[in-house]
Amino acid sequence: MFDLVAQGAQMFLVLLLAPLLTGCVRKLKARLQRRIGAPIWQPYRDIRRLLGKEVVLAGNASWLFRVVPYLVFAVTWVAAALVPTFATGLLFSWSGDLIVITALLGTARFLQALAAMDVGTSFGGLGASREVMFASLAEPALIMTVFAVALIAGSTQLSTMADYLLTGQAGLRVTLALALVAFVIVAVAENGRIPVDNPATHLELTMVHEAMVLEYSGRHLAMIELAASLKLLCYMSLIVGIFCPFGMTLGHGGAGPYLLGGATYAAKLVVTATLLATFETMTAKMRIFRVPGFIGVALMLSLLATLLRFVSGNL
Amino acid sequence: MIQFVLLAVAAFLGVGIGCVPVARRPGASRIVYGACLVICVVALTGALLDGGTSEMILPLGVPWLGAHFRIDALSRFFVVLIDVGSSFASLYALGRGAHEHEPQRVLPFYPVFLGAMNLVVIADDAYGFLFAWELMSLASWALVMAHHREAGNARAGFVYLLMATGGALSLLLAFGLLAGPDGFYAFAVMRLGTFAPPRAILVLALVCLGAGSKAGVVPLHVWLPLAHPAAPSHVSALMSGVMTKVAIYAFIRIVFDLLGPPSWWWAVPVLAIGGITAVLGVMSALMESDLKRLLAYSTIENVGIIFLALGLSLAFRANAMPEAASLAMIAGLFHAFNHMLFKSLLFFGAGSVLTATGERNIERLGGLIHRMPVSSGLFLIGCMAISALPPLNGFASEWLAFQTILVSPQLPEWTLRLLVPTVGAALALAAALSAACFVRAFGIAFLGRPRSAKAETAVETDRFSRAAMGGLAALCLLTGMFPGAVIDALAPVTRLLLGGRLAEQMMQPWLSIVPIAARNSSYNGLMVLLFVLVSAGLAAFAVHRFGARTVRRGDAWDCGFPGLGPATQYSGASFSQPIRRVFGPVFFRAREIVDMPPPGETRPARIRKERHDLAWEAIYLPIAAAVGAIADRLNALQFMTIGRYLGFVFVLLVLLLMALAAWQ
Amino acid sequence: MHGFGFDVAHMLAGLLVLASLAMLYQDRLYSLLNTLALHAFVLALSVAWQAYIQHAPHLYITAFIALGFKSIAVPAALRRMVFRLGIHREIEVVVGTGFTMLAGIGLIALSLVVMLPATIHADPLAREDIALALSVVLIGLLMMVTRRNAVSQVAGFMSLENGIVLAATGAQGMPLVVEISVAFSILIAFIIIGIFLFRIRERFDTVDVRALDRFRGEQR
Repeated sequence: MFDLVAQGAQMFLVLLLAPLLTGCVRKLKARLQRRIGAPIWQPYRDIRRLLGKEVVLAGNASWLFRVVPYLVFAVTWVAAALVPTFATGLLFSWSGDLIVITALLGTARFLQALAAMDVGTSFGGLGASREVMFASLAEPALIMTVFAVALIAGSTQLSTMADYLLTGQAGLRVTLALALVAFVIVAVAENGRIPVDNPATHLELTMVHEAMVLEYSGRHLAMIELAASLKLLCYMSLIVGIFCPFGMTLGHGGAGPYLLGGATYAAKLVVTATLLATFETMTAKMRIFRVPGFIGVALMLSLLATLLRFVSGNL
Repeated sequence: MIQFVLLAVAAFLGVGIGCVPVARRPGASRIVYGACLVICVVALTGALLDGGTSEMILPLGVPWLGAHFRIDALSRFFVVLIDVGSSFASLYALGRGAHEHEPQRVLPFYPVFLGAMNLVVIADDAYGFLFAWELMSLASWALVMAHHREAGNARAGFVYLLMATGGALSLLLAFGLLAGPDGFYAFAVMRLGTFAPPRAILVLALVCLGAGSKAGVVPLHVWLPLAHPAAPSHVSALMSGVMTKVAIYAFIRIVFDLLGPPSWWWAVPVLAIGGITAVLGVMSALMESDLKRLLAYSTIENVGIIFLALGLSLAFRANAMPEAASLAMIAGLFHAFNHMLFKSLLFFGAGSVLTATGERNIERLGGLIHRMPVSSGLFLIGCMAISALPPLNGFASEWLAFQTILVSPQLPEWTLRLLVPTVGAALALAAALSAACFVRAFGIAFLGRPRSAKAETAVETDRFSRAAMGGLAALCLLTGMFPGAVIDALAPVTRLLLGGRLAEQMMQPWLSIVPIAARNSSYNGLMVLLFVLVSAGLAAFAVHRFGARTVRRGDAWDCGFPGLGPATQYSGASFSQPIRRVFGPVFFRAREIVDMPPPGETRPARIRKERHDLAWEAIYLPIAAAVGAIADRLNALQFMTIGRYLGFVFVLLVLLLMALAAWQ
Repeated sequence: MHGFGFDVAHMLAGLLVLASLAMLYQDRLYSLLNTLALHAFVLALSVAWQAYIQHAPHLYITAFIALGFKSIAVPAALRRMVFRLGIHREIEVVVGTGFTMLAGIGLIALSLVVMLPATIHADPLAREDIALALSVVLIGLLMMVTRRNAVSQVAGFMSLENGIVLAATGAQGMPLVVEISVAFSILIAFIIIGIFLFRIRERFDTVDVRALDRFRGEQR
């Protein structure tokens, strides 16, 4: 029973925290750019506002366009809920491992790209074609990173990985460092952050993710925005859960360790949000055809990490 | 039992021969395809009912050998695969086949094709195998030439015939080497033999040439994108989905069963071929605008993935790791079955589109989701399955393949330890690119606005085609939800070939699949699907309860330029342009040549895209040139005088007699 | 056996390999020199750590030389030289970044495959350090081969030398006298290279080494 409560708590925790995380990142970026910026609760207000608005559908939009926001949201929520946040070994953690999470996020991207092409304008095609080009390099990089970490921890199951890394047997390894750098690059690319894509722009020629969701309005747009925040939270939880799992409980001992795990998780998220905001403010957005070089670096590093794991057990 | 399958084959051949005189009659196609459907179902039940190995020797064929037939676990799996694919193809053809212009060119050969494929997998001696193999090639060649008046089909048939003959010759030589100087052509005897390395290397190379060319591995793939689209749609589905698997059966039967214990370096060429084929296949698919040719290239990619898994299985077997070898083989065979399901579904969709619009070029389609809702929905399921998205079946077999790669560090050889992560990266790259390819295929052909008048006036297909596509889509979903059942069904195959098996999957809690150990990794397709559906339902309920429910139709965002026509949408070539720019120079020597006139000149600016098929230019064109050169030289033999001819015959006879004397 | 010291040593050796790969990727001269400075800095840290865990105080001097000379002085001098040559705004056409990086990874794999089985009876701390050091040397050579600009080739040469220093300290074969003499010879070589660069620039108006080939009549 307690297990079920813990699992349910994690699922709803990620859903509630996602807009707050986006709000924090935006606020930090604003402060770094010497603006006051919107309050950190603004994304919740945005979602509530959008839910109350009427949906305006383009003339050519089909049933796919209307169904995709719910599917994208559901798939991203399931992926984010599978990542251990304050505790490992939760009730349903065995149903999907890290490869499943990668593939679920790939499903969300697939459906999003299709919905973009449904309306029949050039913006949708623009966003979709750029997105799949980035994904064709970012997804292999992510899978190779998963391989590298799985070969260290002996499993692709996230709970097992976090348990292994909590015991400290892994120590400081070159492979883990390479995997971390590759993971961060992929996370930046997949979430559409500077230097790959600008999440705040609506200039057509610079958009990738925004071009895909250009035609969405009302409650559909609310679902898409929430899904984007969940995706960012998912990647951040993965980074802190795999590379910095201190504070997560191993799943036994009553409510105390769970609360401690929750507090540590929140603190880690704040630190990651600060780092992301600083990184975004320091860099400029790259030209589209320089991004494959950037993501290619992640692919090379993750390939190198996997190669090192195959060839030597100590690295 | 084997009698069922043999009777089915005889029935197929009978129907094929029997319908020659009546093929032009109006109801003939319905009867023929219906009969094929029934025979397939009978063969399927016959194969599924029995569990053990059964054999039969018929007094046909070569007098001192007879015709051996045997159905063991491996044959049974492939009989099931062939007959499931064939029954759905026959069901589809019940609807579409009536629209053939020249039914007498298709109807007699179709049942023969099905019968020959079934015969290949139950043949137990070299003669029977090669006879059935050649019958299969010839029947499919006849079907490829069915629409011989269309441009390009004659050439496609010619190239196909050349490659098929070359492949059959390689297999003939391979069986000859296996049979040895004493000529024991029965498989049972070959199984007991041991083969020294030089002979084993030759057999492996010849099998890779023969079975590989039929399966479509690079660089022997050049016939596939020409021949598969040229045939009628149900035959294309069979050639891509089923005939390539028969070639894979040939590879498995010879390399895993007849050749005996492998050495570790046999896996190196198989792995390398698998990785290169997977990446090159999907890259070429991304550059194609003909829907059927795109699907043919995608078949090449999936065959590459299967060979990759088989290579891993060889490596593990050579290192005496039967559980890991079983995992790899199960991943490969599961992917073969899945590919048959979703590739047939996709080809049926393409066939429906072709009949509804008369167009195969995606640049002239669009908006079909409004005109053909059922076909588009089922095609979407096929696209999602082939892109390996959970919880469908494509993801289950890719997940198993990834788990196999994660077990590979236990391999002791250094070459394998360097090769496996590289092909793992190639596998991941191919998976990501295939998702891109099918977003493009579905998005340009079915979504958006219609790009031609024919796409605007498309109508939905008939109920048989819809039923066939629906059945395949349902199977895709079921195999994705219950992959444990398929893994357990494949256990007899791995126990036969490799001597190992995975743990019982259907006994796992909640029907997850746990290939190695619960702590290592597990995947539960059913739970993932349930979670997604419940979350989507919860979201829809909450949003509609607490938010606005109204919808209004308006114009799409057009930047203030009203009346943008369908030509301003992205086309297939524009969609793949970023990927072509990133990967093209490496794989195709692709270049974009821009001709920009200087200011003042009034001629238009032009852009020209160049793309080279490297395999064709590096291998086949030189061979063709060499053959032409030799033929030109030998042409002199046509124009000799009588005296010269007599002298020629005399000299040859004397040389042969001298050789005979020397040999003794 | 696999203690903290072990892990940190490997981490620093791995970071050195990463810096070498990063040098392959650069196409602007100033950023290349910054990466060279980082390369030498990581080398200095690595040598200092080796001094700590091997209890070899003379390696601290090696680390200090690496820091002061190779990380600060040499890149600064090269930067002034680049500025005076007037090529600081050029973008070098790097031959296929993707292929060069893949070749770099292939070289790392090659050096691991060669060194790890060969040193199977050696000290576990030294084994992988030497393998990674060999890969730094090979990547430095790759850089010298694929670049056309003479300054980039000098940077490749410096990174190669850093790899040799890493190998020597890891194998505990770096007595102080060897280090001082090697550093001195590098200093002399550097001065000579600097003189030659200016002479080449004077004569041919470019530091592209293919100009030398053309002058010799060996066109390609």
